[in-house]
Amino acid sequence: MASEDIYKSEGRRNYLNAATTVKSWLLTLDHKRIGLLYLFAISFFFALGGIYATLIRLELVTPEGDLLTPEMYNRVFTMHGVTMIFFFLIPSIPAVLGNFCLPLMLGAKDVAFPRLNLMSWYIFMIGGSLMLYTMLSGGIDTGWTFYPPYSSIYSNSQVTIAGVSIFITGFSSILTGLNFMVTIHTMRAPGLTWFRLPLFVWAQYATALIMVLGTPVIAITVLALAFERTLQIGIFDPKLGGDPILFQHMFWFYSHPAVYIMILPSMGVISELIATMTRKRIFGYNFVAFSSLAIAVFGFLVWGHHMFTTSQSMYTGMIFSLISYAVAIPSAIKTFNWTATIYKGSVSFDTPMIYALAFLGLFTIGGMTGLFLAALGLDVHLQDTYFVVAHFHYVMVGSAVIGFLGGLHYWWPKITGRMYSEALGRISAIIIFVGFNLTFMPQFILGQLGMPRRYHAYPPEFQVLHVLSSAGASILAIGFIMPVFYLAWSLKYGEKAGANPWMATGLEWQTSSPPPTENFTYQPVVTHEAYEFEHVPEIKQAREAELQSAQIRMVEG
Amino acid sequence: MNPFLIQIPLFPEQASSFAFEVDLFYLFLFALTGFFTVLIGVAAVYFLIKYRRRSRGEVPEQIEGHLKLEITWTVIPFVISMFIFAWGAKLYYQMYTPPTDALEIFVTGKQWMWRAQHPDGQREINELHVPLGRRVKLTMTSEDVIHSYFIPAFRTKTDVVPGRYTTSWFTPTKTGTYHLFCAEYCGTQHSGMIGKVIVMDYPDYQAWLRNVPRDKSPAEAGGQLFTSLACSNCHLENNTGRGPSLQNLFGKDVKLANGATVKADEAYLRESILNPGAKTVAGYTNDMPTFQGLVTEEQVAMIIQYIKSIGPRQGAAAPAAAVPATQGVGRPAAPQAAKPAAPQVEQQKQD
Repeated sequence: MASEDIYKSEGRRNYLNAATTVKSWLLTLDHKRIGLLYLFAISFFFALGGIYATLIRLELVTPEGDLLTPEMYNRVFTMHGVTMIFFFLIPSIPAVLGNFCLPLMLGAKDVAFPRLNLMSWYIFMIGGSLMLYTMLSGGIDTGWTFYPPYSSIYSNSQVTIAGVSIFITGFSSILTGLNFMVTIHTMRAPGLTWFRLPLFVWAQYATALIMVLGTPVIAITVLALAFERTLQIGIFDPKLGGDPILFQHMFWFYSHPAVYIMILPSMGVISELIATMTRKRIFGYNFVAFSSLAIAVFGFLVWGHHMFTTSQSMYTGMIFSLISYAVAIPSAIKTFNWTATIYKGSVSFDTPMIYALAFLGLFTIGGMTGLFLAALGLDVHLQDTYFVVAHFHYVMVGSAVIGFLGGLHYWWPKITGRMYSEALGRISAIIIFVGFNLTFMPQFILGQLGMPRRYHAYPPEFQVLHVLSSAGASILAIGFIMPVFYLAWSLKYGEKAGANPWMATGLEWQTSSPPPTENFTYQPVVTHEAYEFEHVPEIKQAREAELQSAQIRMVEG
Repeated sequence: MNPFLIQIPLFPEQASSFAFEVDLFYLFLFALTGFFTVLIGVAAVYFLIKYRRRSRGEVPEQIEGHLKLEITWTVIPFVISMFIFAWGAKLYYQMYTPPTDALEIFVTGKQWMWRAQHPDGQREINELHVPLGRRVKLTMTSEDVIHSYFIPAFRTKTDVVPGRYTTSWFTPTKTGTYHLFCAEYCGTQHSGMIGKVIVMDYPDYQAWLRNVPRDKSPAEAGGQLFTSLACSNCHLENNTGRGPSLQNLFGKDVKLANGATVKADEAYLRESILNPGAKTVAGYTNDMPTFQGLVTEEQVAMIIQYIKSIGPRQGAAAPAAAVPATQGVGRPAAPQAAKPAAPQVEQQKQD
């Protein structure tokens, strides 16, 4: 084992101190630095999206539309959705944690195409800048779904520029996906067979598949929308001879799989966290790995469940409902397997585990409420109400964002070489869990009562639940702000992490923290299956130390 | 009163024949998913406490997996979900299969108001008066963007889409005033595109109909449009004009120039008015100009009502058509189309 090398390499040159100029960051080809560039970019967009969310929850404290004008409110909720989905959730885990961890996990020096990787960050920044320009020049008021003919003909907002921005940003997604697929196929270390891969890698692979196959469709769709808007080419508007429902088919053909772009990587993170924090091989490794692929494939066949009330044919609706239940099964399998992994484990309650448990709770609720919405006769009532809003926040925030934060806390020692305050980490995870449920649980009831989404003003009988939701959101905000401070604090004052602070398996923990630019000072060779904790040297040492102290006690006794 | 003291209800009022079953379905799913959520939760908490780490060097015994267990928790959720699917599909089928004997109301959505027109020409804006216990069918379209006609108390919702007709139907079972919401985001005043649905006893509804100052019936108005837009110049009786005759057309099959056959329903007539070249009748060439932009959706609906009124008499129409042939021109009592026995039947179901 190369553990001797690891400890000698502490304090040596690493990817962070290898070069410190601005140029060395902006022109870096190192996947770890590119991951950090993405981290800064998406943190900015998350903060921006959070400000929009705050404005929405403040407006909805009272039934009257008194804080914002209707034009303003419509722009705010649209920008909240667009920012969070296209500029935070979709790139979050793949582009930050995937970029950082994937080559390390494979025992590779970098991704397959380092220049393409840097290019995808620049494309993302160009798309993001255009979106900022869109916001500063008046914003958009179409909802993140861009339904025509409102978006193509009637809206007086910056739809075309926003469309171009999403078109451009899509390419960064496609390039990242392509890069990951090739990397996983060609750059695995000797001995690292497909079924020895960490489950995070399987999840990233499934995600990359969706990115490469799905993203071109949204690109075409927004382009067609921009053509109709600027050149009056009739594609979607019936007055120009188009079909508005066609847009919804095309939009959801991407945007439903996009939900899996957000959730699959998060599931991958959770598999890593639960395995490490329970020191157990994930129960039913093969089932969990293949369920990721099954979700990626089935995910492309269920888009019509967003359209049960749009006058698509009744029988089409039935087929989409049926397949939607089919896609629920692999998600259920994963949940059962994670729970079973805890059985007879050695459970630690470090911060990443708290996030993993929060994920398990919120994802279960998010998934279960999906069963309500896939049920045709019930969806007719619940469609376009707050029930839907609550459901997809449970999936996208409760699961995808929690997974991202859990992963960030898990790999933070590897990324920075420092530990954060464990107490603050646990407290913030619990605050997020409580605040999240307080925010979105009332929205299920609101939806069932018939409160439509995207309403600036609403009938007074809904106020109590809206006030509860806004109160919860303020708690949630505290939970999201806390990590910014203690993680920043850890950079300077945090305890040194060492190579493997969680005593985890996986190649990324066999190199120093932070890793050197070339990742490994030796060529790692894999001789074990994934998650074999009895071979982790740190655990062996701890066990030997315990045995010795027990022997001493026996001698003394 | 302090709003915080108001009890929070969990369901909107049940005011249509669908409401009870939808709520029952909701409660069933709540119980089912609640059971499994608690099951996972209890198992997880129990494992977490029982198997908490007791020493830093602890390595638990490894378990590879368990095939029988995996199959069990794949098959059980699958079987349950197929049952949910079937119940949902059955309800959906009922909701989107309008009866042929319903009272027909024509609804137009327009930024940001709802207009409704009753069979005899009574119109209302942002309100919908419907009689208790009668089946009511809404035929809807939009003048501009996509809207959605949502009545929470009825548990019904159908998008209102420009360029096509969509339908919604229900049987009101409880008198009262209920919310009407636009559920599909439609622009600046989306949250102002709301109204009231008023369910009245049948005699009250009739009295209401009499008191509303009414225009000509849609069929009469459509007849006038038929002349003023010069449709009548070409669509002569007995196929002697440049266009096919529209007498006795509604509900029948039409042979097209391309060899296909299409039923002359509302959607076909609407398309032929706005896009005449789309489905040319066999034996004719398309010389007709489009009326896109020249007529509003309401006017199109009136012309269709006129064509219906000169169509086959009620009962003679092909019964397969979802749309019944409606009342003749200017006949006074609107809801004659609804079978008088209908209310009792519906109420028995409710009891």
